[in-house]
Amino acid sequence: MIVALSIFLITIGSIAFHFWSPWWWTEVASNWGNMDDTILLTFWITGFVFVAICFFVAYCVWKFSYNKDRRAEYKPEDKKLESKLTWATAIGVAALLAPGLVVWNQYVTVPENAYKVEVFAYQWGWKYRLPGKDGILGKTDIKYINDDNPFGLILEDPNGKDDLLVDEQELHVLKDRPVKFELRTIDVLHNFYVPQFRGKMDMVPGIVTYYWLTPTRVGDFEVLCAEYCGSGHYAMRGRVIVDEKGDYKKWEAKQITFEKMLAKNQKNDNLQLVKKDK
Amino acid sequence: MSDEYEHKLEAKSDYVGDASSVSTPDIDAVPAAELPDQELYHSHSWWTTYVFSQDAKYIGIQYALTAVGTGLLGLVLSWLMRIQLAFPGLGWLDPASYYQFVTMHGMIMVVYLLTALFLGGFGNLLIPLMCGARDMAFPYVNMLSYWAFVVAVLVLLASFFVPGGPTGAGWTLYPPQAITAGTPGSDMGIILMLISLILFVAGFTMGGLNYIITVLQLRARGMTLMRLPLTIWGIFTATVLAMFAFPALLVGCLMMTLDSLLGTSFFMPAMVSLGETLTHEGGSPILFQHLFWFFGHPEVYIVALPAFGIVSDLLSVHSRKTIFGYRMMVWAIVGIGALSFFVWAHHMYVSGMNPWFGFFFATTTLIIAVPTAVKVYNWILTLWRGNIQLSLPMLFSLGFIVTFLNGGLTGLFLGNVTVDVPLSDTYFVVAHFHMVMGIAPLLVIFGAIYHWYPLITGRMMNETLGKIHFWITFIGSYAIYFPMHYQGFVGVPRRYFEIYDSPYIDTSTLLLNKFITIAVLIVGAAQLLFLYNLIVSARLGRKSEKNPWKANSLEWQTPQMPPEHGNWGKELPKVYRWPYDFSVPGAKEDYIPQNQPPSEIIGAKVEKT
Repeated sequence: MIVALSIFLITIGSIAFHFWSPWWWTEVASNWGNMDDTILLTFWITGFVFVAICFFVAYCVWKFSYNKDRRAEYKPEDKKLESKLTWATAIGVAALLAPGLVVWNQYVTVPENAYKVEVFAYQWGWKYRLPGKDGILGKTDIKYINDDNPFGLILEDPNGKDDLLVDEQELHVLKDRPVKFELRTIDVLHNFYVPQFRGKMDMVPGIVTYYWLTPTRVGDFEVLCAEYCGSGHYAMRGRVIVDEKGDYKKWEAKQITFEKMLAKNQKNDNLQLVKKDK
Repeated sequence: MSDEYEHKLEAKSDYVGDASSVSTPDIDAVPAAELPDQELYHSHSWWTTYVFSQDAKYIGIQYALTAVGTGLLGLVLSWLMRIQLAFPGLGWLDPASYYQFVTMHGMIMVVYLLTALFLGGFGNLLIPLMCGARDMAFPYVNMLSYWAFVVAVLVLLASFFVPGGPTGAGWTLYPPQAITAGTPGSDMGIILMLISLILFVAGFTMGGLNYIITVLQLRARGMTLMRLPLTIWGIFTATVLAMFAFPALLVGCLMMTLDSLLGTSFFMPAMVSLGETLTHEGGSPILFQHLFWFFGHPEVYIVALPAFGIVSDLLSVHSRKTIFGYRMMVWAIVGIGALSFFVWAHHMYVSGMNPWFGFFFATTTLIIAVPTAVKVYNWILTLWRGNIQLSLPMLFSLGFIVTFLNGGLTGLFLGNVTVDVPLSDTYFVVAHFHMVMGIAPLLVIFGAIYHWYPLITGRMMNETLGKIHFWITFIGSYAIYFPMHYQGFVGVPRRYFEIYDSPYIDTSTLLLNKFITIAVLIVGAAQLLFLYNLIVSARLGRKSEKNPWKANSLEWQTPQMPPEHGNWGKELPKVYRWPYDFSVPGAKEDYIPQNQPPSEIIGAKVEKT
């Protein structure tokens, strides 16, 4: 009796917790609201199965508890029942899978007009690079990384000259413009994760990974690293700010191009040389 | 079936005789498939009986005790981690030791506790007894297997004492961070971990060959494959999986050892570490992930399949009812085992591998849900119209059903590639895998220990202590992991030493952390109660009658209980039926042991098995 009741109460308690606990996802700030929808669909189907099976177990424990004068039923198999249950499960599983695959197809198909932003991860922080006027990110190589060229851009590549380098933890993106994050790391694995955006992808040294989204809500969001990257993993936080056009342009205008940075560094170097001469 | 045996017996007698002495040499004679009775190694001293034992029963107990001892360390580590997460202000741990404890906890629990306990422990104890053999096929290799495991554990423990401490790379040991500065223990710690795993795999291979060959070759007369208890089917299939999966881990470990010690670049691309460009070039970190998960996913089933098998037997015996759909259960075990090699990359949806793989692996992963669901249905249909005894093994089995159901269903979230994107690397994952391959198998282990304890010691464990242990463990661990899923929905990432006051995380989420930690401390402490019961009952427990649960399988039918060396006295048992003939209409008792001949149960309406 107690056992059956406990299983019953655990089931009821789980449902109550699901609907009334304060812990739920953050309000979505990108086009990936349909990921939330697939989660909800999964909740309804799996929740139904969970409740049905738990209640069934509780009922059996209550109804068929031991009695030495009674014998259990002797029925080793029931082919019909087994095949019915198998097919019902297969259909339920297909109902979960199909919408999931449709959304995944959207997730891995980047729209042509997506604005490319490089997210640059290192132990333990973030930098960003925008493609500049030409809309093309210049080529990079890890061996060119030094104090004057923190992103390791290849000097001979003309596309890199007008790239805007954001050497700080904070990135601005424009609301309602699809953006493709090109993810690069110079050391270990990282993962560029903004809970409100839902999207996620590991960054792997040696290759450039990506995902895309369209920000749909103005706001200030925290960036977290979502792939373990060593002792500082938990402290690897950044910020993404979704702006309307006006604010975005103001921020963009403040960013410095690679060419200007090189020139500035050159000047600084010259100054230092002059100082040394004196 | 019985006709076939007689035929084989005749064939055997033809074959055994010296060919020349037979007057008309029968060139059509077919040698019998049956092997002559095993010759056994008999120990002569205390050392060879209790330490370097070659008796599978002792080896099983040795494996189990070593695994449990290591698991206790894993438990203590989880306490330390949880205290840090709930009360970061106490400053108990620094980030390095937190990550080291996370790593060691994970590796210990998955490999050195669960794998070793199910296969090394229960495998050794039950395979010869349930198959009706005197011992494993190769007792000496079996002994070596155990001692290789001991050395592996010692090497693992040694890593706590080397400069830099044990590795803090996470139990997945992903390179490059596992072997580069920035991760604790990236020097000596990781090397010892890799060596320990290599030793474990070597040792396990010796044991595994034994389990497979014993099941295939040493079954008693009449014990067809389709009469094996599901426990054996689970352990057998899991061992086959391990034989295919562990080599992937082995080569992964070897390659990473070379990367670390000799500067090769299997997994190491050109990269910067501590501001310096390293000499590595051209390696692929994702290659390691493929190798790791090609092992790692079957590993989940290496733990789960024995649990599936054992719980099926516990449910059947303690509800006095035939397991429902035995043949379906066998094929589900085999099917799950086979499919488990085609789903590994669902751990890597957002790893940076070609995203198009997602379609394939999401589909295979959800297909595996079907045979798994069939198993759950058959367990609950075994309860239907049963005669359910709420003994300790039954309580734990019921706990398993609820826990496994919950953890299995959340697997449908993570396996479905799109749903996985927001949830991966959050506490949802932590909650899921603890529920499904932590708590669920552990509940089966507890049920199994309460069930087979009298077989090992001849005494029963204390029922009251057992019930307290059950309720705290079952309700407590549900209270730990069920709410944890919702932290994952909020987006709390896993492997965070401290979460701070992040703007998107409600302070109540941190409050939930405190609740979970307190539950962890209580559930952990309840395990001490179990250990007390386990130790004290060996001396003071109520004496058990023979076959206390009135089970049918062979391990309870030995002439002595606990079984002696060689298990079966003079003659090996003969098997006439499967182990699930409970409550047969027309039979006197509500159970018919596998070795009870048909002549003794005339009138019972047994279905042919």
